[in-house]
Amino acid sequence: MQFFGGSEISPSPPVPTASGNNAHMMYVFNRNGVCLLYKEWNRPLHTLNPQQDHKLMFGLLFSLKSLTAKMDPINADKGNLGVPQLPGQGCSFHSFRTNTYKLSFMETPSGIKIILVTHPKTGDLRESLKYIYGLYVEYVVKNPIYTPGSPIKSEMFNTALDQYVRSIS
Amino acid sequence: MAAIYSLYIINKSGGLIFYKDCGTKGRMDTNDSLRVASLWHSMHAISQQLSPVNGCSGIDLLQADTFDLHCFQSLPGTKFFVVCEPETPHMESLLRYIYELYTDYVLKNPFYEIEMPIRCELFDINLSQAVQSDRVALLGR
Repeated sequence: MQFFGGSEISPSPPVPTASGNNAHMMYVFNRNGVCLLYKEWNRPLHTLNPQQDHKLMFGLLFSLKSLTAKMDPINADKGNLGVPQLPGQGCSFHSFRTNTYKLSFMETPSGIKIILVTHPKTGDLRESLKYIYGLYVEYVVKNPIYTPGSPIKSEMFNTALDQYVRSIS
Repeated sequence: MAAIYSLYIINKSGGLIFYKDCGTKGRMDTNDSLRVASLWHSMHAISQQLSPVNGCSGIDLLQADTFDLHCFQSLPGTKFFVVCEPETPHMESLLRYIYELYTDYVLKNPFYEIEMPIRCELFDINLSQAVQSDRVALLGR
């Protein structure tokens, strides 16, 4: 299913039936909350329209990071709840699991957040997210035509990403 | 390794009714623990909205760099969550056992008002025993 609701986000390429495909969807945000990429492979249920969905996702992650920084049992000095943290500051979560999905999260020092939503039985995807960040650097950042902070429209990035995500078991 | 840092119990509306701290550095004060509990309640609800598939019942496990958070939601909507060291085994069964203790010592207590903060001595005693025996079983100390 594709979204074309007046948003600037590039539509993902047509998806064949999701066989051998573990991933549901993927988001990439920059540090200002702009959704640079949203890809969907298998999403039977859409609760909200795309803009609200992205905002909700970003908001959830922001709050969860604030929560984990505060709940950190190791560091004695914690900021106050709700104070925006720098990327890498304070304890951050890397994944959470519900009964229907598992969300894996990675934030780079530049504030790029990569989120992958998969089947609940998926293992630790931190290395995969690092690899995806590598793809982002290669195909998007190093592209001289790309303006940082704008939605990603690179075909090569989309293809490489698709290929890689389908290969994650 | 394999220690429980703290336990929270939240009522249906997201208010904190029980908080036990078993050894974190920089223990949270009451206001902060209340805020954290309400925040968790909301995050739990929002995560259901973002599910790609029908039938999501909220976050069961949150994994962070320095701790894991296991959450159990009972049928009436009371949430029990425990903050522990990463990769601690058997937290789900511990949470279910704590739920049993809650039904036995709190809900069956005729003086306990539902949804109010828990002030039941027997519950505290049995809870400490359970956490302690869990620690001994896993660590031998």
